[in-house]
Amino acid sequence: MKAGTATLAYSPPRQPRPRLAGWYTAAWGIALMVALPVLAVFYLALFPDENIWVHLASTVLPVYVITTLELIIGVALLSILAGVGSAWLVTMYSFPGKRLFEWALLLPFAVPAYVIAYVYTDLLEFAGPVQGALRALFGWQSARDYWFPEIRSLGGAILMLSLVLYPYIYLLTRAAFLEQSVSLRDASRLLGCTAWQSFYRVSLPIARPAIAVGVSLVAMETINDFGTVDYFAVKSLTAGIYDTWLNMYNLGGAAQIASLMLVFVVILITLERMARAQQRQFHSADRFSTLQPTRLTGAAALAASTFCLLPVLCGFIVPFSLLSWYASSYLDQLWSEDFISYASHSFTLSLGAAVLSIVLAVILAYAKRLYSEKRALLFAVRFSSLGYAMPGAVLALGVIIPLAAFDNAVDDFMRRTFDVSTGLLLSGTTFAIILAYVVRFLAVSNGAVDSSLSKVTPSMDMAARSLGHSASQTLLKVHLPLIRGGLMTALLVVFVDCMKELPATLILRPFNYDTLATFVYQYASDEMLERSALAALLIVLVGVLPVILLSRSITATRRQNNG
Amino acid sequence: MKSSRTLLAAATLTLAGTASFAQAANEVNIYSYRQAFLIQPLLEEFSKETGIQVNLVTGDKGLLERLEHEGRNSPADILLTAEVGPLYDATQKGLVSAVQSDVLNESIPQHYRDPEGRWFGLTARSRIIYASKDRVQDGEIKTYEELADPKWKGRICTRSGKHTYNLSLIASMIAHHDEAYAEQWLEDLKANLARKPQGNDRAQVKAVKEGVCDLALGNSYYFGKMLTNEEQPEQKEWAQSVNLVFPNQDDRGAHMNISGAAVTQHAPNRDNAIKLIEFLAAEKAQKIYAEVNSEFPVRPGTPNSALIEEYMGNFKGDEISLSELGPLRATASRLVDKVGFDN
Repeated sequence: MKAGTATLAYSPPRQPRPRLAGWYTAAWGIALMVALPVLAVFYLALFPDENIWVHLASTVLPVYVITTLELIIGVALLSILAGVGSAWLVTMYSFPGKRLFEWALLLPFAVPAYVIAYVYTDLLEFAGPVQGALRALFGWQSARDYWFPEIRSLGGAILMLSLVLYPYIYLLTRAAFLEQSVSLRDASRLLGCTAWQSFYRVSLPIARPAIAVGVSLVAMETINDFGTVDYFAVKSLTAGIYDTWLNMYNLGGAAQIASLMLVFVVILITLERMARAQQRQFHSADRFSTLQPTRLTGAAALAASTFCLLPVLCGFIVPFSLLSWYASSYLDQLWSEDFISYASHSFTLSLGAAVLSIVLAVILAYAKRLYSEKRALLFAVRFSSLGYAMPGAVLALGVIIPLAAFDNAVDDFMRRTFDVSTGLLLSGTTFAIILAYVVRFLAVSNGAVDSSLSKVTPSMDMAARSLGHSASQTLLKVHLPLIRGGLMTALLVVFVDCMKELPATLILRPFNYDTLATFVYQYASDEMLERSALAALLIVLVGVLPVILLSRSITATRRQNNG
Repeated sequence: MKSSRTLLAAATLTLAGTASFAQAANEVNIYSYRQAFLIQPLLEEFSKETGIQVNLVTGDKGLLERLEHEGRNSPADILLTAEVGPLYDATQKGLVSAVQSDVLNESIPQHYRDPEGRWFGLTARSRIIYASKDRVQDGEIKTYEELADPKWKGRICTRSGKHTYNLSLIASMIAHHDEAYAEQWLEDLKANLARKPQGNDRAQVKAVKEGVCDLALGNSYYFGKMLTNEEQPEQKEWAQSVNLVFPNQDDRGAHMNISGAAVTQHAPNRDNAIKLIEFLAAEKAQKIYAEVNSEFPVRPGTPNSALIEEYMGNFKGDEISLSELGPLRATASRLVDKVGFDN
């Protein structure tokens, strides 16, 4: 499975063809466009109102850094446990509820982190039903009579974020397990590996790129989260960014912290890449033998069911039930025709951004494949993923700056030349929101598309090209059909992510324009969860349907191929 | 691949269709840091009376920067805020313009507006002490300064020191004493906290009801919101468990903050913008503010709502000019870090 880059990378044609130059240019264009907002934040960082570092370093910086590290490590570990563990169980074993869990494990993904944080606070705080029942049961009077874990804490934040983020890892890892050649695992078992050894020594290393992509997505989502950490009063770097920006009127200083955070992310990702640089792997087309899941019985089956049930229960069933209960109690007050327009705004924006992200990700990934020797392009593509690790509101500023500069430059030119003012063409339109979504979530589609495409063996390209197909034809006729499942996954993940996105939508939206998320925020920010319950429920429902459909279609590809 | 091409085409069309040109219409455009549901009734009333259409974008951060970068092409006419902070910031950056309006100058007391007319307070609120009816006697706490008294050890709740409402209070402590005093006060207050600062203002009153603490810092209007909350009747119990203490009645008065408005530098509908702010400062709108949100009208002589009359009556508010507190907020934020208030 191990081979040097030189022999495997597709070598460029000796006579450069215009078509290929097209891929190269397009990739650069996309990478630059997507990098602009990040560059804009770097630009802001050049002009701090004063040096904040002396103050920060002598006071809260250590707290910020340590808290952020604890948060990331905690969320990553918990998400790996839930994500990889459940992916392995539903792929390799059959046990009660397995068919259900295959897609149900994805459901928590449709719940926005800020919503789950509100829900669990309502449930677990002093006045909530859980502590209320305990008090009634044991006759405690006040909060001073007993100890109960504080949900608004670092631990609480880790739990909340893990519950809604582990599906990234589950989704990618399960796809990787499904794509793996069964014969490899069979061989390992024939050679004397136990089931555990076969998992640990064969399946896990092969799935590692997928797991790594999943974990880095989870880590970046964790870093840029503000809703949960703010609500739980957890002092992470992102909290520090907003504090410096809004309370100390030092946007430049805030941009410096954000930029530093990105550097931190780049180091993490690079380390991971270096660690698996040695293992490049491709699948030959032999995944067609039938996967026979081992049937679990008795205690083992029960344990497997419980393991899969827990994240679904805590991450979806509980918040979904509470939201439904709130929504139904207040339905007559809450329902208005406006919800249809909020939902359609959310849906159109998310679908538009998701499709665009996938198209761009395919172009980037394919250009990387065609030009794997161009280090600069590789770097640019990687750089274009960085928007994901930036707090949403900061990224929104990064979008505003180049768009407004463009609008004003066009306006200036038109005024000077034709004496006509064009005003703002792009700023304050839904285009700005879609651009922000694409910049933010391109990392997700890039990751998914890239990891699928990298598994298609280069001999496919060689065969197609030597049979006379152009690069574009090869992509359309050979690669895209092969990575259909990966594309679907990417589309679904980006779509649901966009449905939940809040901070950038708030700042960038046009006048009199609400999405489900902005509507939820309006009331939830004032701790009126009941009032936002219906909209929150709609986000979850709109997110759930594609999750189920696509999850089934991913499973179906596998079964069809098996047939 | 046909379907994906159709999708792409659809996406492109959506994008192209959304770019809208600025149009001259009878309208006024607002960038608002106040939540829509708090101001919508007033804006609807304004449209009904004047026929001017009101367009609104709300958010809790970033709108100022949006205004700044959109520059002279920005469609925004009015910046509406929930406190004085962003107004001060906008003034510093030259994003808002001076308005000379006799109507506004007569309706709004001097300490609630910018001396140069660049922003105007529209409603006032006080940051007060909520004291447990059961565990704190009348008159046991009378000033903000006394919150630092060790006798309150483990008995005080507050939201994050970094929250703008607290920063504003700390800034006023700096203004009335000095930085060193404010730092010591903050450190002693920190030592008296019953728990790590968290939640919002209502959550602190709730904590008093639950016995977690005996004193809580909070804005005055939350009392009205809790006492009349039909959707969550349990909040009425929280409100009923506390007495309202308006601090420092024997000297400078209770700390006040405002929600306010400013006309932007490049407002395309400047006249309409001024009209709207004047409308919001007029008696009718001032009464609605008081009744719907339990905020204090800034306009002298506006009748208080029954609830304000009953529970908050006449109290003395601090008349220090809010424009003086603006620059002290960053210092206040640094003090919060320095004493590790939120840790």
